[in-house]
Amino acid sequence: MNDVFDVAIIGAGAIGAALARRLSAYDLSVALLERCADVCFGVSKANSGIIHAGFHHPVSSLKARLEIRGNLMFEQLQHELGFPFKRVGIIVAAFSYEEMKTVEHLYEQGVANGVPRLEICGRERLLMLEPKLNPDTVGGLYAPTGGIVEPYRYVFALVESAVRNGVALKTEFRVVRAQHDGEAYSIESEAGHRVRARRVINAAGLHADQVSAAFGAEAFTIVPRKGEEFLLERNAAGFPNQVIFPVPGRHTKGILVIPTVEGTMMVGPTAVETEDKEDVETTSDNLDRVFAQAMYMVPVISKREIITSFAGSRPVLPGNDFYIGISRSAPHFIQVAGIQSPGLTASPAIAEYVKDLLKQDGQGLTEKAAYDPFLPPSARVREKNPAELDALMSEDPHYGHIACRCESVSEAEIVEAIRKGHTTLDGIKFYTRAGMGRCQGGFCSYRVIKIIARETGIPIEEITKRGGGSRLLLGKIPVAQGESSEQQMK
Amino acid sequence: MIVEAFVGNVPENAGFGAPPGGTNTPAKVISHMRDLEYDAVVIGAGAAGMAAALRVHAAGFRVAIVDREDHLGGILLQCIHNGFGLHWFKEELTGPEFAERLAAQVREAGIDVYLNTTVMDLVADNGMKSLIACSAEHGVLSFAARAIVLAMGCRERNRGNIGIPGSRPAGVFTAGLAQRLINIDGYAPGKRVVIIGSGDIGLIMARRLSWVGAKVLAVIEILPHPSGLTRNIVQCLHDFDIPLYLSHIVSRIAGQDRVEAVEVTPLENGTPNPAKTFRLECDTVLLSVGLIPENELSKKAGVQLGHDTGGPRVDAHLMTSVDGVFACGNVLHVHDLVDFVADESSRCGGNVAAYLGAGLSAGGQGRVQAGPNVKYVVPHAYVPGQDTQFSLRAMIVKKRGTLQVKRAGVVIKRKTLQHIKPAEMIYFKMKGTELGPAGPDPAPIEISVE
Ligand SMILES: Cc1cc2nc3c(=O)[nH]c(=O)nc-3n(C[C@H](O)[C@H](O)[C@H](O)COP(=O)(O)OP(=O)(O)OC[C@H]3O[C@@H](n4cnc5c(N)ncnc54)[C@H](O)[C@@H]3O)c2cc1C
Ligand SMILES: Cc1cc2nc3c(=O)[nH]c(=O)nc-3n(C[C@H](O)[C@H](O)[C@H](O)COP(=O)(O)OP(=O)(O)OC[C@H]3O[C@@H](n4cnc5c(N)ncnc54)[C@H](O)[C@@H]3O)c2cc1C
Repeated sequence: MNDVFDVAIIGAGAIGAALARRLSAYDLSVALLERCADVCFGVSKANSGIIHAGFHHPVSSLKARLEIRGNLMFEQLQHELGFPFKRVGIIVAAFSYEEMKTVEHLYEQGVANGVPRLEICGRERLLMLEPKLNPDTVGGLYAPTGGIVEPYRYVFALVESAVRNGVALKTEFRVVRAQHDGEAYSIESEAGHRVRARRVINAAGLHADQVSAAFGAEAFTIVPRKGEEFLLERNAAGFPNQVIFPVPGRHTKGILVIPTVEGTMMVGPTAVETEDKEDVETTSDNLDRVFAQAMYMVPVISKREIITSFAGSRPVLPGNDFYIGISRSAPHFIQVAGIQSPGLTASPAIAEYVKDLLKQDGQGLTEKAAYDPFLPPSARVREKNPAELDALMSEDPHYGHIACRCESVSEAEIVEAIRKGHTTLDGIKFYTRAGMGRCQGGFCSYRVIKIIARETGIPIEEITKRGGGSRLLLGKIPVAQGESSEQQMK
Repeated sequence: MIVEAFVGNVPENAGFGAPPGGTNTPAKVISHMRDLEYDAVVIGAGAAGMAAALRVHAAGFRVAIVDREDHLGGILLQCIHNGFGLHWFKEELTGPEFAERLAAQVREAGIDVYLNTTVMDLVADNGMKSLIACSAEHGVLSFAARAIVLAMGCRERNRGNIGIPGSRPAGVFTAGLAQRLINIDGYAPGKRVVIIGSGDIGLIMARRLSWVGAKVLAVIEILPHPSGLTRNIVQCLHDFDIPLYLSHIVSRIAGQDRVEAVEVTPLENGTPNPAKTFRLECDTVLLSVGLIPENELSKKAGVQLGHDTGGPRVDAHLMTSVDGVFACGNVLHVHDLVDFVADESSRCGGNVAAYLGAGLSAGGQGRVQAGPNVKYVVPHAYVPGQDTQFSLRAMIVKKRGTLQVKRAGVVIKRKTLQHIKPAEMIYFKMKGTELGPAGPDPAPIEISVE
């Protein structure tokens, strides 16, 4: 497309995706530009997946307002898009009367923010809600509106819906330069591709500072605050009914015990400021610390059940609040920066807010008659009973060919992911769960690689884990060589 | 060896549209879901599953084997090296040759084999067991059987299980996956390789990678002694000048997109000494850090698992805590030799036949306990007066030692052993007479090594 887009969104994480989908309801041409090989490969894939209830931040912050609004939007989004989401509730467990004072403060803050149905619980009520909790608890807070979401499935669904409604998605488009010629921006990627757009939204997460600089907009510095999380297998002994929080410290919400919608569980995250935005390394010191804190709250949690760990970094700005607003220095440029936690929760509300800013900036918004908010459902073998599975297989027998044994993912589901544009091993993993279970891809990765090669025509050696230089196999072994060495052996 | 997707015969009356049979079939009548009935169904067509099924079939019972792979033989098919069969077939074979011997017997016997068919669920609460499986070819299959043999093998422990710190780039493989990539698919996982763990699979892969032109820089082992067989240390490392670092750990994996290096730290008195950390530039990391019996289905069926083996707890007949559900091979405990897998599984098949026929000996069973320096003993029970084959894993390394069996505090057997080590399973038999006279409530026996 050589035309000028009305809006270009830089960054396809939760924020860019939610906004792209929101704008796709209007008669606008929208480009969604993402530097990675797939969407949701930034912070939005490596977080706790909690839809926060809205009691952690003071009413004066922008965060608090968008958090509570975002929270309330998830039922409808799930209804339209079908991603895994569950309002399991959140509890904050106190272990001293001092801590109970903080709980009372959180309660008041939450009520002021408008959190519905918040309760303060005594010990007995709290243990009834969460029998696995350490019986030393003295009581706590219960927020039934808190929830959990599969963040990548949420973002994938948003992008899919946006694209179905006309948004142009460009992956492997790393914005490095931009110039405004009086009418529009010419946005250039690292590889030299160009996109023209009249208005630009900076939703580049950890790199929002660089993107802002590239557009000659405000100067600010994003500090990465790294968080490490540990994932435990399905049916883990410590699987809780609700998300369990300790009483929060000054800057973080502490180490949490988190059920996932898919039935695994997580403990984490840590919070350490780092220098390197790309640093997602995990360390050994954190393991013991995280588990000590998690096991204090839920004693039956076992390290033996860890299947993997990962890290993500929150994009933090001084003052710790979100920075969302029309740029004062660059024309028609909107900043959506510093979107740390609860960015996932707030994302649909942020999209709404930015849409209003666009209007304020003079963008006309006419609703599109053809807008379809719904996504057709996609079938998952692991959710089916035998009769349903049988019906599914009469549609497509490849639902009967199980490629990932731990998560029961069929070949048909993998093909669907590929056809929807997820062509890296990680993209398929996040879309289907193949490789996310106990054996972490030991069994299925090669099967998935072969299916990618067959469906896309990409040579096997060029298939990557997550784009760029993350090639998985380093070439074909010459047959003759293999054979002669076998001979040698005898 | 390529076996067709479906071998053997499906009974006529089991076709599409058959009304649901046994007691455990789903309540809903589904017109095209296929119901099948057997005396016994074996889950897994590896060495274990085939050996067990052959015995059940030989005793005249109707048995089926179900496997999710497209071949008979399980993991053996990727083990193209020599060293299989010395005990069971009395000659040295490669993995695929060993598998083919058993597969030929299975075909000859006309045993029904369902390949490319994954067992999704196993329900075993009373008399009849039911099993739900699916395959692209057959659709959903519902099996009813009086006995089930669990022979699902094991899976490899991975990076998450042992918590190696660092980044998460491409290029980290489990050794078994790398073996499959090279031996079956013909792809090179990498060019400069560091292997973590000195288990047999890792050692064999060190040699295999060297043969196909990769440079194996080192094998890193956390323990002060290797965990693979001695013959593999010699043939796979020494012969290729590959250094083995004992009492060392990989303290970090580095690399953004693809592995770029690992950092290795020596252990001194059991704790890492970071001052002596060194770096190995490589593009690939292989993990050979142990196997875990694959028991998700067993858990679904309510089978009790043991912490010591990771597999089901079994009685003297290799029957699990669920009546009529048996287990053998790597799903029961991890074996180092396929010959012992075949032997154990064949005995298991014999017990299944007895269970289906005249019934298993009703005599009271006594507990078998792991004593000093023993990680586990299988089976977990014995019948006095009945010959019993025990498998056990020692926890110590010793050139020459003694195995001792005590019953009610009294030594009832003593045996000298050479080259005791955790890597080599100890396989020994006791005569029924040694195990004492049958009685209603036999005393536990304890097996130790020193
Ligand atoms: C450990 C941890 C736990 C968290 N837990 C929660 C939680 O439980 N609940 C909650 O609500 N929030 C949570 N958060 C916060 C939440 O994850 C983030 O606020 C949210 O994901 C931010 O979304 P985003 O779209 O702004 O960022 P991202 O997902 O990082 O998206 C930005 C995108 O921009 C792309 N990009 C960057 N530069 C360029 C460029 N030059 N050109 C093109 N594209 C570019 C990136 O590749 C990336 O895909 C957590 C965060 C962390 C780190
Ligand atoms: C690399 C390597 C080297 C070895 N070297 C030697 C050696 O030199 N000498 C030696 O004697 N032994 C060796 N062994 C050991 C020997 O090969 C194994 O112990 C033996 O083959 C295990 O047999 P099994 O039947 O228990 O398991 P497997 O062969 O793993 O068979 C299990 C089968 O169950 C199937 N299955 C599992 N779950 C399901 C389900 N839900 N539905 C359907 N099917 C299912 C699997 O597909 C698989 O085919 C080696 C093993 C390995 C891995």
